[in-house]
Amino acid sequence: MDRRKSLKLIATGVIAVPAVIAGCKTDDKKKVEQIVEPTFNLDRNKDELKYEKELLTGEKFFTDHEMATITVLADIIIPKDEVSGSATDAKVPDFIEFIVKDMPSHQTPMRGGLRWLDMQCLKKYEKSFTDCNQQQQIEIVNAIAYPEKAKPGMLQGVKFFNLMRNLTATGFYTTQIGVTDLSYTGNAPTQWNGVPDDVLKQYGLAYSEKEMKECVSFNKT
Amino acid sequence: MGDLQVKKQPKKYDVVIVGSGAGGGMATYILANAGLKVCVIEAGEMYDPQKNITQLKNPWDSPRRGASTKYRPFGDFDACYGGWDIDGEPYTKAEGTSWSWWRARMLGGRTNHWGRISLRFGPKDFKRKSIDGLGDDWPIGYEDVKPYYDKIDKLIGVFGTNEGLDNDPDGFFLPPPKPRLHELIIKKGATNAGVKVIPSRLSILTQKIQSTTERGSCFFCGQCGRNCSMAKADFSSTNVLLYPALKTGNVDIVANAMAREVLTNSEGLATGVSYINKDDMMEYQVSGRTVIVAASACESARLLLNSKSDRHPNGLANNSNVVGKYLHDSTGAALGGYLPQLFDRKRYNEDGVGGMHIYSPWWLDNKKLDFPRGYHVEYWGGMSQPSYGFGFDIENQNGKYLVKGKKKEAGGYGVSLKEDYRFFYGAGVGMAGRGEAIPLESNLCEIDPNMVDKFGIPVLRFNVKWSEHEINQAKHMKETFKEVMHQMGAIITWGADDDAKNNYGLSQPGEIIHEGGTVRMGNDPKRSALNKWSQAHDCKNLFCVDGGQFVSQADKNITWTILALSMRASEYIVDEMKKHNL
Repeated sequence: MDRRKSLKLIATGVIAVPAVIAGCKTDDKKKVEQIVEPTFNLDRNKDELKYEKELLTGEKFFTDHEMATITVLADIIIPKDEVSGSATDAKVPDFIEFIVKDMPSHQTPMRGGLRWLDMQCLKKYEKSFTDCNQQQQIEIVNAIAYPEKAKPGMLQGVKFFNLMRNLTATGFYTTQIGVTDLSYTGNAPTQWNGVPDDVLKQYGLAYSEKEMKECVSFNKT
Repeated sequence: MGDLQVKKQPKKYDVVIVGSGAGGGMATYILANAGLKVCVIEAGEMYDPQKNITQLKNPWDSPRRGASTKYRPFGDFDACYGGWDIDGEPYTKAEGTSWSWWRARMLGGRTNHWGRISLRFGPKDFKRKSIDGLGDDWPIGYEDVKPYYDKIDKLIGVFGTNEGLDNDPDGFFLPPPKPRLHELIIKKGATNAGVKVIPSRLSILTQKIQSTTERGSCFFCGQCGRNCSMAKADFSSTNVLLYPALKTGNVDIVANAMAREVLTNSEGLATGVSYINKDDMMEYQVSGRTVIVAASACESARLLLNSKSDRHPNGLANNSNVVGKYLHDSTGAALGGYLPQLFDRKRYNEDGVGGMHIYSPWWLDNKKLDFPRGYHVEYWGGMSQPSYGFGFDIENQNGKYLVKGKKKEAGGYGVSLKEDYRFFYGAGVGMAGRGEAIPLESNLCEIDPNMVDKFGIPVLRFNVKWSEHEINQAKHMKETFKEVMHQMGAIITWGADDDAKNNYGLSQPGEIIHEGGTVRMGNDPKRSALNKWSQAHDCKNLFCVDGGQFVSQADKNITWTILALSMRASEYIVDEMKKHNL
């Protein structure tokens, strides 16, 4: 069944709600790929290896439709700008798929929130969120993206959008793209010689004579 | 189970040590280097920091971006295996009481990820009863332990400064790192609030140490929690004690071996240890002339209480009936927020060492306060490596403060939101108190008569409650922190919602993971399990060298004192063996 039609049918109460999503799910679900011996670029102990393999070889959590919605939302939250790429450039949807399996407490708020969003769109635009045009998508996002001015009936949506924003931001700023965007320059061998002089000056601070004498110093090159 | 049999290891050791953390690691190092044959029984997996690496990994090397799991509650890059809940190894609590029990399950134990805060106890810390009438004095004083603190300062390495403070003794310190920007701001604010701030004392090598050529110096990645695989520049039992001890050829390590009982003979002397091998689930016995328990305060107490025999019907080393009692942890309370002056700050690498560059030793006189013991303050903040949780709840921030001079609506999305994440990054600040609790006889762990773990070993039941002393102390911590935050112009975003209902944010007992007191030392065999050499009153070839032996634990993290006392007990064992007393 064409998704647009089926959503319309829900709206008119002809078929039960779960059937549509179940329909999407069976259509969309890909076969679980067998992963041969995953490798990890960080220490894993015996119990962890077992757990990680279960996560990696287990079924996907989100349906393709849910993933498509997550992808659109993630790029609305973190679009490409002059500094860095977008959420999808940083593979944020894949992170969200992983993290809800790793942290099952996110599953119901995410699944329910996505459905809430679709139902809002269906009522208002007679379309699912992903089938809405950009203007309609932004209109509904505006209704849930600003907690302090959102209408009372939108609060469940606000809650969902807060979670979506949290996961998107965390997923983005913990990638190479995101870390570069923040200009985090650590996690590399260095010699800590104290706060740079211009920064000390900016804040009107200085090291005391005692500190200069007793603290470890390195020759500046 | 017709084939259940006990396999006896034919090799007879001079010493069998249960546990491989700070206490067990130091004993292994000293005894092996003295030429004794040592067998170490470790309940967790083998672990080699040179091979099992999380240091210098990027956030994306963890699929969960460094978030914690049941297996690594301190985050996916943290070096410690174990946790608050271990499958098949339950424990229980008496009704209406709470205890959180951290158990490391790996070679080196929790020294692989600890905070490296290395504080000597001061002269007053050994004699608290004489000062305030509470608890008990230690059977030893600072002068007894000082030579060992001196030795471990030089052997292991610690940075800090000699400040000439009366209860925070000077030592042999490497130079400390310079304070970071937020630490300079904290220092100024705290000083204005009347709180003394000095360079912290952490066992991190800011310069190469003379005692060994095997260790490098700190390269300031801020990741001591991951264990210093690359330079061995921080203290872990594995890098600094166990692997060097293995090189003597005198040490066998049996990993995945859960100790069941300390074995004794008809004279009541220890003869070895029985354990279950977690890999093949077979029962084993290993024999030794001397047995040292160093399984952590509560596991050591459990092992002793489970080691019942005709000669020791109340458990081993427990004629006094004190084993398991006087259990206490450090107190903890914390609070944090933002330094608005650090919004939109300039970027540079300020990872520094793993932990604070400054701290506040206890600066007040308890005689003038409504609680008897002190606390020290730890601080944090700055531009750290982003990990899971980064950017959470920005809707509580970006509507409250002008972002680049603009008033924004809280929440949002898009290019404007990206600007906000950059703007607020690195402005966080926080502080926590770690204080001394009063060890009480009524705070205890005991064998639960109704439950065993999956190995059939009877489990512990905890019965611990804070007293008003700890609660009043937490109240004082929070008042202090609020004043420090106020003095530096910080905004408090969490930890300020404290009142009598939540004990002023006082941590649950056990949560600070500084448990001690369960196998305490003392001069009176009726009121203590060990003598002043960490040796059981009732069994001369049995020693306990972990936090269990502590009479009280000061407002200082206990690792440096565990190391000093373990070295002291180990040298005593070598001497006594030479004299044929053991």
